[in-house]
Amino acid sequence: MAYASGYFKTDYAMELRLIETRWQKVSAALFFLALAVFPLAAPQFAIGIANQVFIAIVGAAALMLLTGYAGQISLGHAGLLAAGALTTGILFKELGATFWISLPASAAVGAALGLLFGLPSLRLKGLYLAITTLALHFVVAFIGGEYETRRGFSTGILVNPPALGGFALQEQQHWYFVLLAIAAAAMLFCINLLRSRTGRALMAIRDHDIVAESLGIPVRRYKLLIFVVSSTMTSVAGCLLAYYRGFVSIEAFSLYLTIDYVAMVIIGGLGSMLGVVLGALFVITFPYVIEGLLRILPIPAGIANEIFAINYAAFGLVMILFLVFEPLGLVGIWRRVRNYFLLWPYRQTAVGGGGG
Amino acid sequence: MQTVANIVVLAAIYALIGSGYVLIYRVSRVLNLAQGELMMLVAYLLFSLATLFGGHPASALAGAVLLSLLVGFVLYVVLMRRMTGELVIAAVLVTIALGILLRGLMVLVWTGQMQRPLEKLGWQNPPVALGQGVAMSSVALATIFFAIAIYVALFVFFRYTAWGVRMRAVGENPLLAAQRGIKLHVAYAMAWALATFTGGCAGMLLALDSGLDGTMAIVGLKAFPVVLVGGLDSLRGAVVGAIVVATAEVLAIQLIDPLVSDVVPFVVLIAMLAVRPWGLFGTEEEIQRV
Repeated sequence: MAYASGYFKTDYAMELRLIETRWQKVSAALFFLALAVFPLAAPQFAIGIANQVFIAIVGAAALMLLTGYAGQISLGHAGLLAAGALTTGILFKELGATFWISLPASAAVGAALGLLFGLPSLRLKGLYLAITTLALHFVVAFIGGEYETRRGFSTGILVNPPALGGFALQEQQHWYFVLLAIAAAAMLFCINLLRSRTGRALMAIRDHDIVAESLGIPVRRYKLLIFVVSSTMTSVAGCLLAYYRGFVSIEAFSLYLTIDYVAMVIIGGLGSMLGVVLGALFVITFPYVIEGLLRILPIPAGIANEIFAINYAAFGLVMILFLVFEPLGLVGIWRRVRNYFLLWPYRQTAVGGGGG
Repeated sequence: MQTVANIVVLAAIYALIGSGYVLIYRVSRVLNLAQGELMMLVAYLLFSLATLFGGHPASALAGAVLLSLLVGFVLYVVLMRRMTGELVIAAVLVTIALGILLRGLMVLVWTGQMQRPLEKLGWQNPPVALGQGVAMSSVALATIFFAIAIYVALFVFFRYTAWGVRMRAVGENPLLAAQRGIKLHVAYAMAWALATFTGGCAGMLLALDSGLDGTMAIVGLKAFPVVLVGGLDSLRGAVVGAIVVATAEVLAIQLIDPLVSDVVPFVVLIAMLAVRPWGLFGTEEEIQRV
């Protein structure tokens, strides 16, 4: 159906559609086609990076729900990822549990921890909440480390590749499709959650908690709810990480992993699900890009050996640049570029001091 | 008695680092999570200066102190000044990012290997017997001395000097302070310079006592429960918090397990946040939600 001047919603079903116009349908179809063809054409290592991006999307989406939409700042993300990964590792090592047991078990542990991490949010806000979750991260990391040393796994736990109905996931290509499906499901879940009554309540709490309360939104219940939902997703991401790497060690879940995820959410753009994808893509590919650049550029061999230090420094710098100059993140840049072309030849100007 | 001595030394270190957190938070309401990296940076600067002026330990120390003030000042002017008026959490994230940046740069410049600035200065660190079988290293003794001296100096500065009073005014109410003609940016820059200096002193003393490598930043992070226990905007609280956390940590190491030392400060922190989130001596802020 062609519309003469714009796109009008004429019934409730149209209101609920995720993909609205024909142009969007075509581009969505092309996007998924590209995703499906990618592993057939791309080299092995690129598929590996894509797999890491998919796992990161699940974790970052969880953090985005919590921080970007509900306004609850958490610096304990690595602790929750570690909880999921360790649950998987421990269940595998101690009981030989399969994927279909570990995954829900990790989710359950995540939900329980979410309740624990969420409890301080009932009393504290802003900076103090961030600090509490940071402290809880250290506690989780300590318990994990204790378990590993006490049981004699101080070098880490090896996890066999999961079997899905008698089919062992080993090849990167196979992982690709499984992880793509999981990441897509996570994104769909978040998008739909945010369109619902719950999502609107969360955003109201983020924008002004007192107004939200006086509008009749049970603020405490929703805060706890979003902490539980977010931690469950994070824990699932941790479980996937454990299986994908085939190896769990608490060392991998340091404070820097938290910062990675916070960076994904910030660099992507707070309060946007598109930002999750862009941020995860950016942060995961960043070290590979740096490594590639170092190979191309003529740099003294002594410095090139310190590749992780260069990564750190460059990562810190990029994060500072985003925070200072582009607080809206990659999504902000994308919107500005899109608006430039949409409005061309006119220029977009800020209205009411809102900024581009 | 040795236990008490250990507690005092650890408390002195924590109090010195903690004063850096408090200075910046009190004046500008920004929590500087790069404090650990900043103290490490100052310690590395001392190391380089000591290598440079091999024979003159005093000039190396003086140079490092001056550089620490300069580093804090420049950081504010170049970076943190842009974050004024932004969300507090954005400013905090900038300090986290700054910490990552500094850590990467420090590994690039000084490598991650253990360095010993004490040897470069040409000094020894003999243990000093204090009677009743108690002994501590000379640097540890110096740490206690410097912690007391710096706290007394800070007290005098905030109580009796014009700029100290101005900085307190800025912390109390920036808008009114600015209307009375106090230059906010100068006050903030001074807070950053002072905080880098006190943190840097802790870093230098730690490096002189036990060497210098990438793990020092973790000590900086561990000192941060100290200020929360005491109250984020109270210097007095930082001292009390340092004693509380150091006592808990030393006792836990002796009675439970040396491995718990990394987690004890954070357990104390969680307990404190659950009971009295604004700390023992902090001002009760609007931190509670609905």
